[in-house]
Amino acid sequence: MKLTTRKFDALIIGAGGAGLRAALQLSNGDARVAVVSKVFPTRSHTVAAQGGVNAALANVLPDSWHWHMFDTIKGSDYLGDQDAIEYMCRAAPKVVYELEHFGVPFSRLDDGGIYQRAFGGQSQNFGKEQAARTCAAADRTGHAILHSLYQQNLRARTHFFDEYFAIDLIKDEAGYVLGVVAFEILSGEPIVIEAKTTLIATGGAGQIFRTNTNSLSNTGDGMAMALRAGVPLEDMEFVQFHPTGIAGRGMLITEGVRGEGGFLINSEDERFMERYAPQAKDLASRDVVSRAIAIEVREGRGCGRNKDHVLLDMRHLGADMIMKKLPGIREMSMTFLGVDPIEKPIPVFPTCHYSMGGIPTNRDGQVVVPVKDTPEDPVPGLYAAGEAACVSVHGANRLGGNSLLDILVFGRAAANHILEFLKDNRYHRPLPQGSVDQALERLSRWERKGDGEAVEPLRQELRKVMEDHCGVFRTAEVMQEGVDKLRVLRERIANAVIRDHSQTFNTARIEAMELENLMDCAMATMCSALGREESRGAHSRVDFPERDDERWLKHSLYSLLDDSMDYKPVRTQPVSVESFPPKKRVY
Amino acid sequence: MEFSIYRFNPDTDSAPYMQSFTLPDDQIEPGMMLLDALLLLKTKDDSLGFRRSCQHGVCGSDGMNVNGTNGLACIMPLANLKAPVVLRPFPGMPVIRDLIVDMDNFYRQYREAEPWLINDSPEPEVERLQTPEDRDRLDGLYECILCGCCSASCPSYWWNPDRFLGPAALLQAARFIEDSRDQATEHRLERLDDAYRLYRCHGIMNCTQVCPKGLNPSKAISDIRRTMIKRSV
Repeated sequence: MKLTTRKFDALIIGAGGAGLRAALQLSNGDARVAVVSKVFPTRSHTVAAQGGVNAALANVLPDSWHWHMFDTIKGSDYLGDQDAIEYMCRAAPKVVYELEHFGVPFSRLDDGGIYQRAFGGQSQNFGKEQAARTCAAADRTGHAILHSLYQQNLRARTHFFDEYFAIDLIKDEAGYVLGVVAFEILSGEPIVIEAKTTLIATGGAGQIFRTNTNSLSNTGDGMAMALRAGVPLEDMEFVQFHPTGIAGRGMLITEGVRGEGGFLINSEDERFMERYAPQAKDLASRDVVSRAIAIEVREGRGCGRNKDHVLLDMRHLGADMIMKKLPGIREMSMTFLGVDPIEKPIPVFPTCHYSMGGIPTNRDGQVVVPVKDTPEDPVPGLYAAGEAACVSVHGANRLGGNSLLDILVFGRAAANHILEFLKDNRYHRPLPQGSVDQALERLSRWERKGDGEAVEPLRQELRKVMEDHCGVFRTAEVMQEGVDKLRVLRERIANAVIRDHSQTFNTARIEAMELENLMDCAMATMCSALGREESRGAHSRVDFPERDDERWLKHSLYSLLDDSMDYKPVRTQPVSVESFPPKKRVY
Repeated sequence: MEFSIYRFNPDTDSAPYMQSFTLPDDQIEPGMMLLDALLLLKTKDDSLGFRRSCQHGVCGSDGMNVNGTNGLACIMPLANLKAPVVLRPFPGMPVIRDLIVDMDNFYRQYREAEPWLINDSPEPEVERLQTPEDRDRLDGLYECILCGCCSASCPSYWWNPDRFLGPAALLQAARFIEDSRDQATEHRLERLDDAYRLYRCHGIMNCTQVCPKGLNPSKAISDIRRTMIKRSV
């Protein structure tokens, strides 16, 4: 069979904010760039981001990138790499101004400047008064950014492969990554996209948990592709549970509600966050607030018939404010709950939201792996950015408003490094046929007919195992059981079959291949969580309740081979300022 | 609950047909949306084709025709639907398979509207200023999710999909005409001043009626017309 082959300077897998920001930089830099996405670009999950993007513009309250840096490091529970965090916080104002120039319809202040709201974990003066650092377009900031970036890419004539599913990376003997094998969803036809550089920007893997805020398409495809190409995943145990998902359903209610003055109450009408975080209260870090809600419910102070959630109250903000600044939240609450938040509080409970971990990169977006004594050796030609990557700017817990920032800063940085790489690597290397065949094997495996378990029940089981065995509170015993269950599931998935074997827009096959990716990400998460014997950020071990900097101030690295764990040091030295040493984290 | 769903797989079917599905009552939970029901039906027949992603009405993937009206399956409460629920792909768009339509023409029209900010003044090192009042003029225009419900419900669009831009693309045009930062208003109006591109709109207002985001493309179109008339006098 003759395979269609296309050649580009740069290939981007994923068309969310990170992928599109990188694509724009590359198109403007005169590189031939292709973007492959399994959904039409504006359907990518960035579109669902609500609250905003952090940058120390100081439009509302005094601010500085250095305070932003401190908050991010403290928020990360000191696991974030301080060089990358300094880089991100310094670059933040610039990337936000760029967005404004691209046409993003930010909400405005009376003086015409970009509107900024308060968000969790933000402070002035290194931990003092609350800051207002989150630049917002009402509560639809992700939508506004994603659409503007797509529009600018149309203007720049970026080449899009819409609704193409990436199967696996192409890698040669010398370790160069040379593109991807994909297939066109419409026709089922495989295609080889050769590229001198490949950027993975496929987002997170929130679908490994049963209740989550994520799109159904967030199946960790790029993370799993990296694993299969021999790249370990970093810090996968750190999964953010967002404090305010709609109870029982999981849809996200932005932290912006609390930023604008909303607060949480329990069944006794008590603002319980005052007990857990006397200073920051409802605007403490997300890990802190999520744990507090879980404890309130566990101790019997939950609301509703089953006492299984708490309430988010914003009635005191008034109808005008809610309709102006939080219109999307109101719409969603009325659609899914029949509750108008102007009149009644919203039932909420922590929900899986974000993968802090991912494909290890340096602050140029290059994917880095341990080789002998070097913990961070670049994989030539391979880049990653956004939620799929782990730079690591979020460490053990991400601050709200820092994920949109992460995708913009590091999508752009990766593109800049790619332009440099292209200067020194002007020609395509020979295509390794073995690697292409291996990827095609992954596709044809699903042509198998006959008896076998179906995909969807296996997916449900996987998500249940993750929720039951790797949730907000974790113990060795429960997680070991979880790992055993995942191993059995992995075998069963290897023998699963689909009934639909047609070529045209076969969604059953896509879901099957997504399940394989979810499986790898779930195993990475569970094994990493079992390995880390301390509590830090979003990772709470009941059997190891304290943070242990002596043993565990280091990044986890999970490899697919034997499900093995390795570790590498945290970069505690910033680029130009003094290091922030670990301190007890109080809000 | 009974469903009647349009099926067509070009690999195996010579013609489309309607297929009945039943969702047992014990699987129906309060607050369930149409998409939840479709996902359950798909566990019984994995060949059932439809697009979906965010599940809460912001990505715009799962537009379809439900009991004769276009909408997003993920935000349509099952309880509000009359059974048997008749599901068809968008009218006026070529069917790829089952409920999945070919939206290439829709996207082409979107690009035709040149939906990007044009401002050739030197870039300031900070943000361009915009008064809250000027920013308010973008409300109701920028929130479009490109689901296609509007254009696929517009008779003028069904009739002239090659030449009439359709409500979604025209809403985008209005979004940039209204933006105080955009400097290409003249250019934009000139491109639209054509018997088909803009003026095939006959004010039927199906677009506004079906928009799942509560936007009003019909008003946006008449606003463009008004601006055009003002300009010519």
